[in-house]
Formats: sequence, structure tokens, C-alpha cells
Amino acid sequence: MTFREDLEQVRDVDDLLPLLNAIPYARALGFSLVRDGTDVIGRMAFAEHLLGNAEIGALHGGSLGSLLEFTAVCKLLTMSEAVRVPRTVNITVEYLRSAGRMDTFARATVTRHGRRVANVHIIAYQDDPQRPVAAANAHFLLAS
Amino acid sequence: MNALVRLPFDKAQHYFIDVIPYSHFLGMRLVEYTEGRIVFDLPYSEKLIGDPETGVMQGGAITTLLDAVCGNAVLTKLRELRRVATLDLRIDYLRPAQAGRTVRAEAECYRVTHHIAFVRATAHDGDPQNLLATAAGTFVVFEDRVAAHAAADEGEAS
Repeated sequence: MTFREDLEQVRDVDDLLPLLNAIPYARALGFSLVRDGTDVIGRMAFAEHLLGNAEIGALHGGSLGSLLEFTAVCKLLTMSEAVRVPRTVNITVEYLRSAGRMDTFARATVTRHGRRVANVHIIAYQDDPQRPVAAANAHFLLAS
Repeated sequence: MNALVRLPFDKAQHYFIDVIPYSHFLGMRLVEYTEGRIVFDLPYSEKLIGDPETGVMQGGAITTLLDAVCGNAVLTKLRELRRVATLDLRIDYLRPAQAGRTVRAEAECYRVTHHIAFVRATAHDGDPQNLLATAAGTFVVFEDRVAAHAAADEGEAS
């Protein structure tokens, strides 16, 4: 089986975690998943190399964007409707406040899951889920 | 023109990329820049891979490259160096990058006001006519300067 086919077999977080660990970019980002009931939360473990500004200790917009996108893909993969590995069509990231030297979490909500396209909204936060550091809307192609 | 744009090319890699930890970590290289326009390369490397079987680069790596190149296009456009932060960034992924290829991103800051800058960017992996991704972003321009840029000013004055 190819890696994509392995991903297509994923039904829950337990199936997905070992596959995530095989993705070099996920490891570089310190990305993992936390189970929250039936939901899944993306986690980016803090590391100095993820910063965009070391003087003020702010995470890079790209590391936050990567967390948001990974979280959305994982959310789609763990949904029972998913059969194909989603391909990102586009993503619009809004940066809401500076993200500091601590772990960052992200939660994705699938606003529409069609046969071909899924619309996903993702929010990233640090110590307080009520104070998001970034949010994004993304579209994913589900057909091959 | 501000101090960054006047920097000699061999010092500019440091101020545009190497002082930014995640840009430096991913291995970005400065290619060229003028006022309001800048080009970065992201050479292919193992840590950028999103599919371990095909070796195709993860979209997030290209997101980061486009974010970095857009922010720096703003810096080259400012009359005086200021701290800037991304307000929003939209990226359209036109196709995946080919494994093994360097990705090149070019950004243009086409409008800057006292508080906001507007930028557009493209990325390709060898053929500028066959784009991988396009981006449009807005940035906030703050009043304060950052120490690294102040150092660039001083380095240039001495």
C-alpha cells in the first residue's frame, strides 16, 4: 500500500498518529494530535526554531499556518465520510494576536462536507481557547 | 529607500532570513530584491516532505515561504524600517511541487499606507509560467522599529 492509501484507511486518531510520525514536515513542526472526546485537536509543541521574531518571542506566521492546515487535514481524515486524502485548494489565514513561546493548539470545524469539496474553519490558540491567536478558512478537494 | 534595501547582498541574507528562526530553519535563501519586490528560494530538503513515499513537499512549507517573502516585500517598500505583522494571507494551491525541486517565491508589495501594506506573491518550481501557488496578503505596519533592523542601520552607517 502507498502512504496515501494508508491515510485513506484512517478511521480515528490511533490509526493516524503513526502515519503522522512518518511525515518529516510534521516532525519538523512538532505536530501531534490530542483526542478530545470524539473530536481531534492539533498540537504544535513549542520550539525556538518555530519563531518568526526571536526578540519578542513571536511564532512565525508560517508555523501557525502549517498547524492550521495540518489540523484541518487530520480532522477530515478522521471523519467517517473521508475516503480520499484531502488536497488543499486554498487557505486564508487571519493572524489575530502574537503567539508566544508556548505550545499552540488548533481545532477544526467542517462547515460543509460535500462529495468533492470540504469547507473547514480552523482556530488556533495557546493558553486560553477564548483568545485565538490565528484562524483560517480552507477548502479541500476530496475527489482524486 | 530604507537601510535594508541599501544593504550589500552578502549581508542581506542575514537580515531578511537568518534572523527569522523558522525561515532560517527551513533553509530559505535570498535570491534578489529591489524596492517593493523580493525573491526567495526554498531548496528541497528532507524536513519539508509531506508525503514520505513520493517525497512531495508539504503545503505548509510553501505557506511559510509565501508568508516570509510577502512580509519581506513590505520591508523593502517602507521608507523607514518598522516592525510588520501578517494580518491575513490567502494562498491558492494550483498544483503540488515536484519532489526534489527548489521552490522559488516572488512577492510584490504594490501599496503601502501609514498602517497597512498590500502584497501579492507567486511560487513555482522551475518554470515561472507553471505556477505552484499564488498568494495575496495584507500586513500591519507598526510604529516601532526592531533591534535587528536598527543594527542593520548602524552597520550601514559605520
